[in-house]
Amino acid sequence: MKAEGILNALRKKLGKRMKDAKIEKRADRARTSNVMSRIWLTVEAGALKEAVRHLCKIYPNPHISVISGHDLGRSLELIYHFSVNYGRRFGEVSVSMRVDVPKKDPVVPTITDLIPGALISEREMQEMLGVKVDGIPDPRRLFLHPGFPRGVYPWRRDEKGPGRLVRDLNKGGKA
Amino acid sequence: MSGEDFSFEFSVGPLHPALKEPVRLDMKIEGEMVTGVDFELSQAHRGIEWMGSRRNPVQIVGLAEKVCGICNICHSTAFCRAVESIGGIEVPPRAQYIRTITAELERIHSHMLWAGIAAHELGFDSAMHYTWRAREKVLDVIELITGNRISKAMIAIGGVKRDITKEQAPKIMEAMEFYRGCFGRLKRIMLTDPVMKTRTRDVGILTRKDALETCAVGPTARASGVAKDVRQDEPYAAYQDLDVRAVTPKDINGEIRGDVYDRIAVRLYEVAQSADIIEQCLKGMPEGKIVHEESMPKLLADLKKLSGEGIGRHEAPRGEVFHYVKMTGEESPFSWKIKAPTYSNLLSWVPMLMGAQIADIPIIAASIDPCMSCANRAVAADGGRKALDKEALHRLSVRKTLEVRRRLGL
Repeated sequence: MKAEGILNALRKKLGKRMKDAKIEKRADRARTSNVMSRIWLTVEAGALKEAVRHLCKIYPNPHISVISGHDLGRSLELIYHFSVNYGRRFGEVSVSMRVDVPKKDPVVPTITDLIPGALISEREMQEMLGVKVDGIPDPRRLFLHPGFPRGVYPWRRDEKGPGRLVRDLNKGGKA
Repeated sequence: MSGEDFSFEFSVGPLHPALKEPVRLDMKIEGEMVTGVDFELSQAHRGIEWMGSRRNPVQIVGLAEKVCGICNICHSTAFCRAVESIGGIEVPPRAQYIRTITAELERIHSHMLWAGIAAHELGFDSAMHYTWRAREKVLDVIELITGNRISKAMIAIGGVKRDITKEQAPKIMEAMEFYRGCFGRLKRIMLTDPVMKTRTRDVGILTRKDALETCAVGPTARASGVAKDVRQDEPYAAYQDLDVRAVTPKDINGEIRGDVYDRIAVRLYEVAQSADIIEQCLKGMPEGKIVHEESMPKLLADLKKLSGEGIGRHEAPRGEVFHYVKMTGEESPFSWKIKAPTYSNLLSWVPMLMGAQIADIPIIAASIDPCMSCANRAVAADGGRKALDKEALHRLSVRKTLEVRRRLGL
């Protein structure tokens, strides 16, 4: 099934809870030229689990590379970067699933029950962006040292960001 | 006495038992057996993504090279590919070939280094010195092309910084011939030696199912029969012109066990594969320019106008490198996310180490070829907790090898 087929299947399942879906085609040229297709789509936080479950149904064991997260001001954006149909030459399709969560209540469900390999990334999102991953089997910090202050999230661009810690770096002593 | 817990906690690190890498492994031990595995990172987070948010893309290429000592082509290529996909920048075919050649030289260098470390972990220091001497050859070639043995600084946005000249090509060919020559001997040392086999066969098994579920990448996944390789799945650069297939133990011994032995075998055969790729690239190298835009001021002005998001991927020696970049029409990217292969491979330590013997911990931990400088990237912190002596663990491993040798009557 090519990118169009995957997108149609997801659209059929999720209906209006999925938006801004597009397939990015990009040709990388050497002597020959290979067109890569990458799916980008946005799902509601409530529909994330269903979307991932359906993706697992289309292709068992989708690979998750990483979840990238950004502070967009009012909301926090998480992008789940999956890839499916790997193991075949020219076969792989990458699926980037975007979820917007409001800063007031930044909660996403865990997907580790479907893809256990997502654990590292979910733990990173919790500590770096201050998103609460509901149902995460291991909520501990991953990269941040236990001594790093609570309630400070390095990837935030607001008052919860690392501003003061970074600004005062040259002053020495403890932040 | 039922219900009593005889286990005790055992910490290894934060300097890695195998690779002197900053990660701490916390293990539960019952007798000689590992019954629980946990790891703690956060020993060397350097804030590289954060530093990138204050630099322009051309400066970030240099920064990306510093993510990891070995994978300096991998991270810069992945970042450049992400930016190129945002801007629709086309890389000239000759540059694509040069990128591929340098990436494969890097793979040979990394795998040879790792083979030496694996041998050292098992107490085969003569094999370590043999592989590391053989590694010098590829370092000489890298120095010839880039002017530097390790840090290459070859990749630029829209191409590469240096050409491979007609005079250099025969020297690279000669080095590949050399690797083909020592491949047989390496196979004999690493794959058929009875002591080596006993120490690595059925040790640290990662099943195909576990590899898929933990989303392992690179040789770690391939040794468990998951034929995942970006060069094959989503060919880019010169890989789309060449028939590159993921190497699995099935191609080597006809069976897949997913143990340390398989991981050694996959890496060794990938060295031979890389030598083939480099030769094919040198023979079929297109003519033409090596960079999309030669004028730096114009490139910077163009990059400033970019708006959008892009993904750049690359198959590093350890597995998939993934970069996500978002540009919003400003000088610096709005967001830059790096995913290094060890990040994906960490979870596979758990099934590998469960049930293992203490003396096997170093070689199992080393078998994913962990690279903590890649996996850790953001905030500097100092541990200060008690750690276990690495030398003691290494001595245990060496003792086990001697024991195996004695039992085999060698």
